[in-house]
Amino acid sequence: MLLIHCPYCEEERPEVEFAGAGEAHIDRPKDMNAMSDAEFEKFFFIRDNLKGVNYERWRHIHGCGRFFNAVRDTVSDKFLTTYKSGEKKPDPAKLKTGKGAK
Amino acid sequence: MAKIKMALARPPHEGRRFANTAISIEQALPASRVSLRAGSNELAELTKPLGFKLPTRPGTSKIKSSLSALWLGPDEWLLINSNPKTVSALMEKLDTIKCSNVDISHRNTAIIISGKAVEDVLNAGCPRDLSLDAFPPGSCSRTLFGKIEIILWRLTDDRFHIEVWRSYSEYLWAYLLDAAKDTG
Ligand SMILES: [Zn+2]
Repeated sequence: MLLIHCPYCEEERPEVEFAGAGEAHIDRPKDMNAMSDAEFEKFFFIRDNLKGVNYERWRHIHGCGRFFNAVRDTVSDKFLTTYKSGEKKPDPAKLKTGKGAK
Repeated sequence: MAKIKMALARPPHEGRRFANTAISIEQALPASRVSLRAGSNELAELTKPLGFKLPTRPGTSKIKSSLSALWLGPDEWLLINSNPKTVSALMEKLDTIKCSNVDISHRNTAIIISGKAVEDVLNAGCPRDLSLDAFPPGSCSRTLFGKIEIILWRLTDDRFHIEVWRSYSEYLWAYLLDAAKDTG
């Protein structure tokens, strides 16, 4: 079974305890009323869905219950790193060799 | 006026027990439970009513006489109180602190499983590494067992407390029994 490191539980836990929650680092608009329909559509529905390295939100739903962020390669299903919500987006160039790579 | 009669929640597996040479499964004694949510600013204040510091290291627990606190998340603990005399006093004290304290006594029940094959039987339904290095006595965690969510708490090397939603406990009991038949 795939193991995922939860940054709140501070350990690797089985994949089945987690749920994916879509793309990460999407800022909620400050004033939705001022948005055009096209802008709202872009914020609400349009996702990058890249083949390769993606920044994603995950939730440790059957563990600590927390949402956190992960960098995952969608081709290999390899988690390059995970980090707490609110922390800065890690630099992808440093990930493959740097800390957090497995 | 008629006297009010209180309904008692009987433990679902009262009187049932499984035991062979390698494993023993039984209903845990009745206890009251509180789901406690609190931010880091309130932790110091909670020390007084609880009588101890809440564990803040992930996956650890604290027992002091009849009261136990299990770390479930960065702002979430499960309190288990086995002394019925202190339940309401503790709740009243918690009510005065900025935290969420919800009585979940009737939602949860618990099964105690012990014996030399305890890790094998639990691993029949739970995907976690339950070796003593990875999950030593005192460890606790919300996790999965088959199709249901449980809270697993290791009391000693070969004894676990499994906290489960009452309506799921029949499934848990049957699953554990099935796994236990392969031992002993
Ligand atoms: Zn976690």
